[in-house]
This record gives sequence, C-alpha cells and structure tokens, in this order.
Amino acid sequence: MPDAVAPQFISTAHRDETAELGMWVFLATEVLLFGGLILGYFVYRHSYPAAFAAASRHTEIVIGAANTAILLTSSFLVACAVDAFAVETRKICAGLLSGAILLGLAFIILKGVEYADEYREHLVPGIDFNFEASEANGAQLFFVFYFVATAIHALHMLIGIGLLAVMATLTWRSPTTRHRAALHSIALYWHFVDVVWIFLFALIYLPGRSA
Amino acid sequence: MWREWLPFWHPGVSPHGDDTDLLFAGLLFISALVLGLLFFLLALFCVRYRASNLADRGDRIRKSWHWEVSWTAASFVGFLGLFVWGAVIYFEIFRTPPDELTVFVVAKQWMWKVQHAGGQSEINVLHIPVSRPIRLVMASQDVIHSFFIPALRLKHDVVPGRYQDLEITADKPGRYHLFCAEYCGTEHSGMTGEIVVMEAADFAAWLAQQMPSNSLAQEGGALFRELGCSGCHGGGSKVHAPPLEGLYGNLVPLADGSFVTADDKYIRDSILLPRSQIAAGYEPLMPSFEGKVSEDQLLRLVAYIKSIGGQQP
Amino acid sequence: MNEDNYLNAGYSLRSWFFTTDHKRIAILYFASLIFFFFVGGAAATAIRIELATPQADLVSSDMYNRLFTMHGIIMVWFFLIPSIPNTLGNFIVPLMIGARDLAFPRLNLLSWYLFMLGGAVTLFAILAGGVDTGWTFYTPFSTLYSNSYVVAAVMGVFIAGFSSILTGLNFIITIHRLRAPGLTWYRLPLFLWSLYATSVILVLATPVLAMTLVLIAVERVLGVGIFDPKIGGDPLLFQHLFWFYSHPAVYIMILPGMGVINELVSCFSRKQVFGYKFVAWASMAIAAVGFLVWGHHMFVSGQSLLASLVFSFMSFIVAVPSAIKVFNWTATLHKGSIHFDAPMLYALAFIGLFTIGGLTGLFLACLAFDVHATDTYFVVAHFHYIMVGGMVTAYFGGLHYWWPKITGRLYPEYWARAAAVLIFFGFNLTFFPQFVLGAEGMPRRYHVYPPEFQVWNVLSSGGAVILAIAYLMPMFYLGYSLFFGRRATANPWNAPGLEWQTPSPPPEHNFDTQPVVTRAPYQYSPDFKAEPQNA
Repeated sequence: MPDAVAPQFISTAHRDETAELGMWVFLATEVLLFGGLILGYFVYRHSYPAAFAAASRHTEIVIGAANTAILLTSSFLVACAVDAFAVETRKICAGLLSGAILLGLAFIILKGVEYADEYREHLVPGIDFNFEASEANGAQLFFVFYFVATAIHALHMLIGIGLLAVMATLTWRSPTTRHRAALHSIALYWHFVDVVWIFLFALIYLPGRSA
Repeated sequence: MWREWLPFWHPGVSPHGDDTDLLFAGLLFISALVLGLLFFLLALFCVRYRASNLADRGDRIRKSWHWEVSWTAASFVGFLGLFVWGAVIYFEIFRTPPDELTVFVVAKQWMWKVQHAGGQSEINVLHIPVSRPIRLVMASQDVIHSFFIPALRLKHDVVPGRYQDLEITADKPGRYHLFCAEYCGTEHSGMTGEIVVMEAADFAAWLAQQMPSNSLAQEGGALFRELGCSGCHGGGSKVHAPPLEGLYGNLVPLADGSFVTADDKYIRDSILLPRSQIAAGYEPLMPSFEGKVSEDQLLRLVAYIKSIGGQQP
Repeated sequence: MNEDNYLNAGYSLRSWFFTTDHKRIAILYFASLIFFFFVGGAAATAIRIELATPQADLVSSDMYNRLFTMHGIIMVWFFLIPSIPNTLGNFIVPLMIGARDLAFPRLNLLSWYLFMLGGAVTLFAILAGGVDTGWTFYTPFSTLYSNSYVVAAVMGVFIAGFSSILTGLNFIITIHRLRAPGLTWYRLPLFLWSLYATSVILVLATPVLAMTLVLIAVERVLGVGIFDPKIGGDPLLFQHLFWFYSHPAVYIMILPGMGVINELVSCFSRKQVFGYKFVAWASMAIAAVGFLVWGHHMFVSGQSLLASLVFSFMSFIVAVPSAIKVFNWTATLHKGSIHFDAPMLYALAFIGLFTIGGLTGLFLACLAFDVHATDTYFVVAHFHYIMVGGMVTAYFGGLHYWWPKITGRLYPEYWARAAAVLIFFGFNLTFFPQFVLGAEGMPRRYHVYPPEFQVWNVLSSGGAVILAIAYLMPMFYLGYSLFFGRRATANPWNAPGLEWQTPSPPPEHNFDTQPVVTRAPYQYSPDFKAEPQNA
C-alpha cells in the first residue's frame, strides 16, 4: 500500500531522494560547525606544540580507543540494518539498530567515566584545573577544546541515539518505503558523527604519543 | 593645489599623508567618473526608452559576450591598479625607518598613558618633535584599543597580550587629534587626546621641563631589584640564570635549537610566559610574573634591560 | 473575492500558527520582521537624536553603547538576514518554480519558531539591561570585561542561526528537486539563482558563527580563557572566526536584493535581463569568493602584512561580479520599454545607491586608505549604503511588485512613488554626510565627539527624520490597501513568470494543474497584454 505523498512531491521516490539530499546538505553544515572548532585547535596547537603534546598524553587513550572501536562497530551495525531493511527481516533490522543504540550508550557512559577521571586529575578548565606550570597555558587551551568538542559530539550522539530508537521502533512494527528513506538519512547522520569522532580521536589522543 | 577643491579636507601631515590623500582623490575621481557614467546612462535610457516614447528598439543585442567580457576585463584591470596603488602605500606606511626616539604607550580603559624614554610621562597627550621618526611601542592593559591620528592618516589596533610597534612621523608642527578607534567600553568616546608636534628645540625644552625623577630605565632598575629579578639574574646569585647584560638586540639560542632575537616582545614574554622559550643550557626555573606586574612596570623593565648593554635588534 | 485562496483557507489561530503552507509562513515572518524593524529603528532614532549634538544629552554613555549594539544585532540578524529570503523567498520560490510548497514545509515552520525563540531571548537581553559589546562581540571585551547580558544575546543569535540554516537548506533542496517539468537551470528566473547562492552561504557560514558564539559563552560562563591573552589565548583568533561568518553574511544580506532587482528591471523594461548567464554565475561567484575576503575587516588589527595583502586583493576580485551585475542591469534598460511604477523606482534607486556603496567598498579594500578610514564613519556610511540603500530598497521594491500576488490587492501607486522618492532623498541626506565624517576622522561608536564634526552630524540626523517618516508611509498605504485597495487580477504586470499564472492571492495548493515550462524566462511583451509563459 503506497503511502500518500505530500503535494509538492510527484512520487514516493521523489520524496525519499529529496529527504536524503536534505540530510547531505545538513551534514555539510555540520562539517563547518566542527571545522570552525578544529581550526581553532590547530591555531593553538601551532602556537603551543609542546603543551598540546603534553596535555594529550594526559588523555585516557584506552577509553578513547575503546570508544573508537565501539563507534566503528555501531556504524557497521547501522550499515547492516540499512541492508536488512525489508518487511520480512524487520526484526533483524530493528535488532541491529538496537545493537547500535546499546553501543552508542556504552560510548556515552565511557565518556562520562572519562570526564570523571579528568575531574579527579584536575584537568577541567574553569572548574578545577591544575597542570605543570611550564605548559599550563597551552594545556588549558587544549582541554577547553577537548571538553567543548567532545561535549558537542556527545550531544550529537544523543540525538543520533534518539533517532535510531525511533527508527528501531518504527521498523519493528511495520516498515514502509517512507521509513526506508528515513533510515537512510539517519544512517548517514550516524556515520557522519562517527567520522567526526575519528578526527577528534586523532587530534585529542594521538599528539605526543607517537614513538 | 588640488586640495583647494576640497575645502574641508585638512591635508595629512605625515610623509605618506600626501600619498594617501592622492590615493583618496584618485578613488574619488574614478568613482565620480563611474557614477557619472552610470547615472548618465540610466537617465539616458530612462528618458529615451520610456514606454510612451517611440524610439528605435530594433536590433536588440543578442550576443552579449563582447560587452560582458569588455566591462568585466576593464573592471578587473581597474581594480588591480587600485589594489597595487593602495598596497604600495600601505607597505610604505608600515615600513620601519631607522628610528631614534622610542616612546611607550599603554592603552587602558579609558586613557592613553605615554612614557618617554627619559621618564617623562603624560596622559592623553603625546609630545613629539617634528620630522623625526618616532617609534611607538604600544601595549594594552585590558581590551583592544586602537591608536588613531587622523592627521597622520594612521591607525593601528593595540591588542592585549602583545607589543605593537608603530612608526609615526609628523612633518608639520601643530596639535592633532588622537582618538581611540576600537570600541572598548563605556568611555570609548572619551578616550581622546592630542598629538603635539613641536620644533626640535621646543621639544628638547619641553622634555627638560617635565622634571622626571627618574628615567624609565632607572625605574626599571629599581623594579628589577624589588621584584626579585636580581636574585637570580644578578651577579652573586647561586641560581644558574642567563645574564642579562648585553642581551638586548642579540640572538638568543633556545633549548630547542632555534634562535630568537631579544627584542621588546621577547623580554616581555620572558617575564610573563617564561616557559614558552627556554634559553639553551638553562633549566626552566623562572617563575611567571603574570598578574604580578602591570604593563607600566613591564615597559620600565624592558627599558632597564635595554640600558644595560646590547644593540638595536 | 469569493474563490478559495490561502488567506481564507482557515481563520483560526491554529490554522496560522501550525500552518505548513509556505505562503502563511511568509506572512508570519513578515509580521515578525516589521516588529524587529521597529525595534532596531527605534534604537537608530535614539542614536541619531543623541548625535545631533557633540555632547551627551539624551542618554548616558553606557546606554548609548547598548543602543548601537542592539541596533546592530537586531538589524543584522533579526531583520536583514531573514528579510527577503524568509518573506518574499518563502512566498514566491515555490510559485516561481511551479511547485506546491517548499521541499520541507515542517522545517519551514520550525525555522520560524526558532527565529521567534531567538528573538525572544535577544529581547530578553535588551529588556534585562542590554548588551554593550557592539554587534561584533570583540574579545576580550565581550568575554572578560563587559558587564552586560552577553550570554543571553549570543544565545539568542545562536538560536536564530539555526533558523537561517534550515531556510537555506530548504531553498537549496527545493530549487534542486522541485522544479516544474521543462524548468531547466538556465530557465530559472534570476531571483532563484540569487536565492540559491544566498542559501549556500547560509548553510556553510552560519555554523561557524554558531561555534564562535558557543566559545564566547563558554569563556564567559566558565571563565576559561579561549581568547584571553593572559593564558596565551589570541583575541585575533576570535576576529578571524567571527569575520569568517560575518563577511559572507553581508552577501547573505545583499544577494537576495540583487535577485529581486533582476525581476523588477526586466518587468518594468519589458525585456529580458541582459547577459542572463553572466548574472547567474556572478551570483555564484559572489557567494564563493565572498568566503575568501574576511580579513579586510582586520587590516590594522595586527594580522601580518602578507595576510592583509591577500585579503585586499581578494576583496577587489569579489567586486568584479557585482560590477558585472550593475552593468547588466543598466544594459537591460537599453532599448527597453520603461515604466516608472513604484517597484521600478526602487530598482533604479537600488542601482544608484548600491553602486555608491560598492565603490566606497573599493575605497576600503584599498589598503592604505583603509588604514585611515577603518573604524570611522566612512565604514558606517559604506555598509548602510549597501544594506539600507541596497537591500532595504530592494525589499520594498519586491514587496510592492509582489504585493498584488500576496494580498490580492493593488497598492495606491502615487503614494508608493512619493514614498520611494522620499526614501531616496532621506536616505542620501542621512548617510552621505557620514562619508565626510569618516574621511575627516570621526571614529564610529562614538557617543560624544569633537564639535567640528557637528555640522555633518546634524545633516545626518535631519535626514534620519525624513527617512523615518518615509519608511512609515508604506505601513500606512499598504495597510490601507489590505482593506480598501482595488482587487488585483492574477497578472497585473503582465509578467511571464510562473507565479503570475495563478490567481492573486494564490490558492492554498498554488496551482490547479502542474505548470510546464517551455521557454526561457523574461519573455516580456512590450505592453501589458496577457501572455502566459507556458502557452
């Protein structure tokens, strides 16, 4: 049973392709959002290379690496869910999405653990920050960037988890072609959030840690 | 002579002032030509081709390429010419001529504090001799200000956290406005003053008249002791700290292998951010004086270190 | 008027505040924008009254600083940026491309609510005590020294920014995907090319502003020094981030105006726009190159001389496509059949005033002159010529042109022409003296000033009075026309565009049957006889 199409569209295919194109344009805006922040990061890293390296060595690379693996896996599950989207396999699809949600929540929890550790180590600028004096300024700038970037990223993750949850529920019940388009768009969004994390991982955890 | 045509336009009194004024006149002239041509054509077309008028409307231009390329190219060439003209004068403005007189300026909300090398200080007024390049070393105590002398066709922002060099030369004695040109809070429009340009003899007399108790360098020396600098950098110290005699203007080898010139900025940074550039062969022991020393005190310390030997950087 | 149209499709509050009809959303925006124009205008009135005398008499310095800040914030983000795109754009774009609505009608409604929420937060900042940082929020003053409602103000703008992004997104997708059959890119009216270019900037530049505003708020709330020199932060980094958005923002503000002028000049010369492709691609070029010139706001800020050189060069480059447009509009008049209805008067005023504004932009792009003129009234005059003389003039022109379509009524022509002439006169008297003030060295954002600047200030304030009256006139006669104006036919201007092939006001679903396009745009007949485009 074809679902009714809004009057500005000529067909469901037209509507669905349009929605996906909309998501691509939205992701372009997100690139610029994080891009501005990352530009600021590079400006200060260029000014304080030693301090940034020292500060980066104080980040929790184990949690960071675990989170990266978790996110990559969740993206894999979402990609599989997109593949599995069909009436017959709707429960598998919903299950895969749920798996991605659980991994996303694991990411958030680990991030919370990480933040708590950083608080204990006096690495939270503005609230409780203490670093060896020679690198204190640059390190503070590094950690400001760290908290702002990861907080905004986590916010995007929470929104993504919410969207995946809605999608999982809709898919479990009775998926339609309209839901397929929505799933495509949401999957795009989730993959994008993942890609942003990969950049953040490289910029936050890796400086100062190469051999 | 062409200036007579602009009755309210006071000529610029800096060496580049004439050039800037000529550039302005050139821009005005070109703009008047372009605007005149545009208004003429608009008026012409509006009159000739108004709906009620029978005029020849046949043979409308079909291929517009020739016109398009022509006026695009003409615009581009014209703009390029203006760019070069402006850029050449710009580099002239900010070139560093050999200077002799240094004056320190500290901008703070909402006043200009001027310190001459001999210790004479003034607020919101700057006395300078005519036709001599003056090197202003400017710092801000708080927010961004901007040092603007319309008569010299010159301004530059004064940004906190850095020293800003600005060379000024006035070619005609007189009193000229000094404005703050970067919004800086409540009394931004009150942060105005005067540049007083005097003949050399008058200026020397004025300097002598100010009766400063100490030169900036002398006050800096006193601060050097009060703040405990001599404790490590002095002769009898047990701490291995770089000696500062003869330092100013010379190359300093740094711990990471690079070299840096010991100019005003280096001295200021060494006091406020000592760990940012460690001198080769020394431990990073020096404490930071961030928050403990004001811009006024910093420039006195810089003047002192200049006075204990060294050269122009 | 008995036939069903979008206005009488429902009278309840719910039918308006929960509408997804792009035409009703355009009306919602229009009403909000009138309100914000008044708020910003009130601040401007107070400023000009104060500046008529050299000393302080009307307000204190603190109050004055809040006035010019709010004038800037309201006029930039809550009037100019949404003006043409969200009123005329929202209404006309689907009609012009032969669609029933924008691609994402609910996002359109959301964008209005976000705009209103942002406006409410900003108004809160005004009422609670105001902001005194200037609309440019330079650090460290805004982050460490200002004792005003900075965080509220930046959050208001931040929220409104999302409204901008959604609007741009909607237009881009709509123009890509919802064009009527036969409407290829090179058959699009140039208004749509301009809005497309505007939307690209909206979508790519606004996020950078969003991030910059977040950083200001973080620095203020948490006391962490991102731009604080005492811990090694760089105030100039703020300026780079801010102007990276705010320069393209001025192109967001002017491109839609240029788009409207295309429509007006062609209609009232009864002739297609000269050099269609050049004008279309000039819009795209302005959008692209506009991202590469931001440092021309910083020639004396302390950036390197090399950076200044590059930005000056690029600023001259970006002027070329604008020049192309002015030449093309002028050439459109050649061998046309010109009618001087009010929209055309506005279009002619635009060409003149925008050219003055653009030429003085060249003055400022010229490095050596900018050293003298930056941060003076020369800059203030320059941008008001472009934004008020240009954009607001184009907005009024478009408003009058599409008024019959939007409201189904004709505006009173002679009142409209009188207002247009008075606006032109009042505007020049207000802002031309400010070029003189700037060249003579009067800095901007000055509450009190040396007495030798008074003459020009008095002229400017006098002009402002005339301009204020002139801007009030359309309110009255347009309002009058809503109730007592003559009814408009579907195509009072005998124009070939698709928006004119449907009744005035349009039915809720825009078109009864899907229009099909077979010809290039702007195929005007020399007189006002009906000749639809899809015949």
